[in-house]
Amino acid sequence: MDFTLSKEHEMARTLFREFAEKEVKPLAIEVDETEEFPKATVEKMAKAGFMGIPIPKEYGGQGCDVLTYAMCVEELAKVCGTTAVIVSAHTSLCCDPILTYGTEEQKQKYLPDLASGKKIGAFGLTEPGAGTDAQGQQTKAVLEGDEWVLNGSKIFITNGKEADVYVIFAITGMIEKRGRMTKEISAFIVEKGTPGFSFGTKEKKMGIRGSSTYELIFTDCRIPKDNMLGQQGKGFGIAMHTLDGGRIGIAAQALGIGEGALDRTIAYVQERKQFGRAIGAFQNTQFQLADMATKAQAAQFMVYKAACTKDQYTKDHKTSYNVEAAMAKLYAAEMAMEVTTKAVQLHGGYGYTREYEVERMMRDAKITEIYEGTSEVQRMVISANLLK
Amino acid sequence: MKVVVCVKQVPDTKGGVKFNPDGTLDRAAMLTIMNPDDKAGLEAALRLKDQYGAEVTVVTMGLPKAEEVLREAMAMGADKGILVTDRVLGGADTWATSQTLAGAIRNLDYDLIITGRQAIDGDTAQVGPQISEHLGIPVISYAQKIQIEGDSVVVERQYDDRYHVLKAKMPCLITALAELNEPRYMTPGGIFDAYKAEITTWGRADLKDVEDSNLGLKGSPTQIARASDKVRKGKGEKVTLDPSESVEYIMNKLKEKHVI
Amino acid sequence: MNLEEYKGVFVFAQQVDNKVSGIALELIGEGKRLAEKLATEVTAVLVGSDVKGLADELAAYGADKVIVVDDPELKEYRTEPYAHALASVINQYKPEILLVGATAIGRDLGPRVSARVHTGLTADCTSLEIGDFPINPIPGKEQKHNQLLMTRPAFGGNTIATIACPDFRPQMATVRPGVMQKLEKKEGAKAVVEEFNPGFTPDNKYVEIVEVVKNLTDTVDIMDAKILVSGGRGVGSPENFKILDDLAEAIGGTVSCSRAVVDAGWKNKDLQVGQTGKTVRPNVYFAIGISGAIQHLAGMEESDIIIAVNKDETAPIFDVADYGIVGDLNKIVPMLTEQIKAAVANK
Repeated sequence: MDFTLSKEHEMARTLFREFAEKEVKPLAIEVDETEEFPKATVEKMAKAGFMGIPIPKEYGGQGCDVLTYAMCVEELAKVCGTTAVIVSAHTSLCCDPILTYGTEEQKQKYLPDLASGKKIGAFGLTEPGAGTDAQGQQTKAVLEGDEWVLNGSKIFITNGKEADVYVIFAITGMIEKRGRMTKEISAFIVEKGTPGFSFGTKEKKMGIRGSSTYELIFTDCRIPKDNMLGQQGKGFGIAMHTLDGGRIGIAAQALGIGEGALDRTIAYVQERKQFGRAIGAFQNTQFQLADMATKAQAAQFMVYKAACTKDQYTKDHKTSYNVEAAMAKLYAAEMAMEVTTKAVQLHGGYGYTREYEVERMMRDAKITEIYEGTSEVQRMVISANLLK
Repeated sequence: MKVVVCVKQVPDTKGGVKFNPDGTLDRAAMLTIMNPDDKAGLEAALRLKDQYGAEVTVVTMGLPKAEEVLREAMAMGADKGILVTDRVLGGADTWATSQTLAGAIRNLDYDLIITGRQAIDGDTAQVGPQISEHLGIPVISYAQKIQIEGDSVVVERQYDDRYHVLKAKMPCLITALAELNEPRYMTPGGIFDAYKAEITTWGRADLKDVEDSNLGLKGSPTQIARASDKVRKGKGEKVTLDPSESVEYIMNKLKEKHVI
Repeated sequence: MNLEEYKGVFVFAQQVDNKVSGIALELIGEGKRLAEKLATEVTAVLVGSDVKGLADELAAYGADKVIVVDDPELKEYRTEPYAHALASVINQYKPEILLVGATAIGRDLGPRVSARVHTGLTADCTSLEIGDFPINPIPGKEQKHNQLLMTRPAFGGNTIATIACPDFRPQMATVRPGVMQKLEKKEGAKAVVEEFNPGFTPDNKYVEIVEVVKNLTDTVDIMDAKILVSGGRGVGSPENFKILDDLAEAIGGTVSCSRAVVDAGWKNKDLQVGQTGKTVRPNVYFAIGISGAIQHLAGMEESDIIIAVNKDETAPIFDVADYGIVGDLNKIVPMLTEQIKAAVANK
């Protein structure tokens, strides 16, 4: 078991870190204050190939592994939670399902623009009445001739109004399963600008405030038959599989947020003087930092392990990674919440002010315990695997 | 069109300078980077690649570890990387370094050679012009803008109070300033490709038309008589005087230090 | 190369638009000091077109001799004809030392010439001395005397190195403007003037000057400024920055500021020195009414000379200032400006 990163991965990390420090960090406070989607940053990331890291070269991507992608999200999250989730949602929740389940025509049509960052991707599963209970969704798709007609709405969609390509889930019928009638759910690719596809409210959020979180509204929205993604009725499985991968991205985001807060706190406690010495000289501070660093390190190993396990699956199409992904997300998110909360505390009064940024990191951390499967859902996945 | 870019791996003196407890430089703790002026030169070459389909070859002279900057250059888009390394080349001053690089470049086909103006460790700005002298080609230093016109380059050459627009027939050598452009980032895919690619390694034997007497420490006209790390600045003097005395104090110090 | 043949201290007398550059005079001053130690003369090498008339000025500032290389090809600076001129002078006159200004011209000309004549060049020297090499005798190694010892910063300014060029001639050094002192002008002083033209035949190394574009404005990037007059919140108001503007003008510096000033909206962010602003390394940094928060110090503590004026004696700026003055900037700064104006006018 070799815990050292390869030279390539180290160089990739240097690239991500330099980019984050130079291009993303200076804007983080402003993005949070104005709640504006950092479009210029996304263009720069696109130019540097960050919007298609794990997409194969034949589809215009960088052809790298999931570990490299996770490191990118991690480094971005250290300085800005918003920028990190933009990349994560785009890559894991839109590019990945099209790559995995798309027909060759669909892949050729959508992936190059997505991988190059020319277009941004999003994923629409959640509805007002269907969060953890994803099957409680009500958006319908009815086949009329050569078109599917969508009706319904999705909420809390990341990259909401800024995306161009959406993977949307809808009920395409009722089927009998084990003696009961259950919803048949299918996946679709919907393009922005399709008549009948509009946007509702922009959510005002606690954190990741620059992320474009919108309600998507479908009113007799007609899409070509060819835009069904994967087989009819396989939508739920597609959503779950996609979320398994997405969890690795979010785990990386949470990891980065926690690490970023920890780094700032380490610097701060060495500068801040009270009672004639740096507060870092007090054992209470030292012990807290030790706990925070240990948890952050543990989270990093779990995130990297999950990423590498998914890479193994990409090679052999056998190795399952959903438990690793769930554990990584569960742990990293709870670590991020704990570490950022402690970071604010160790900054004292200054930590409560926006200038010192740790309070933003705490606000950003919270969502990682909720979206792409709440921590409760992760526990369900993990325990189901233990007790099968 | 063929462009050769010379790059150097240097300690990051502008960023992570660390000091030992005794105030001397902690060199071991310093990160290495591609010299900023060289990176700008590489970016200029890559833009020529984007625009004219130029082939970009990157050359570096250094320890085996210097291959890292070649990988970085290739991850940014350079086509080939050449590492010139050999124990006998070590300890070289700018004369010997420029002789070495000229000897390496003589093996290559080139229309344009681009070097950085100066490295942030040596800070001499000499190697570029000296290479051009050894190769007998024109040099344009301090380039702030580079364009191609047929078989010539048209360059804006910076001076203290003006700039010249110069035209020179290729082959020629240009030294680039960091202000010349905003270098692109590597791409993640580029990094993995760069490590898969072959880097050509040359030693002394591969240098063309260079005498041993011009290489390495022995071939260096300048020699170090003494070197010491500048000790970190500490507290100075502090005075509390009435205004006119304060002014007199400052004036004396300014005169003493040749400021006025 | 017979080193014994090489005698004399030569200085490349840079001129632009037929005006002698200040650096040329500074180098003549320094060259004279070195020449005296070597019991020899200082010669200025004047290269240009229609420049003979400048020889008197060079003599007035200390040149014993002036060699004039005058040719139409030399009207505007171009590397090749100038390199040919200087290299020819070296081969003809064999100086033991040649000093060149570390300007945009000198830092291009110096290396090309040193490579042409195969000698060593040490760049950006901050001090020059005549001494022995090796400095301390080493058994079994010849200790040479009357060598030019050239001291310069390296490693981004974190190392000081002293360089010698024992086996090659001339010993060449470039020196930045403002480092050396020019001598007092002696009106009417005369030098031996000799004309020398090696002949200029354009070859492949000559480049064509298509256009000469002079800088319109003199806006200095604070990172390039050699002297910064930096103000903090203690200055009190944007209007009061005028006293800093006046000081900067008098001393030839540029105004910069701390973050507090930018946050207050008094100055633009591109004048901000500090961790979230710019890192500067001027020769002189005046910290006026700046408390010296650690984020500010990170941006300027590598300045050569830091002069701080603050009415609070516990201000952290005094921990890094070379010269700290506890006092009222409103009284001190204007008076200082007047004194500097007077001193400059008297030169």
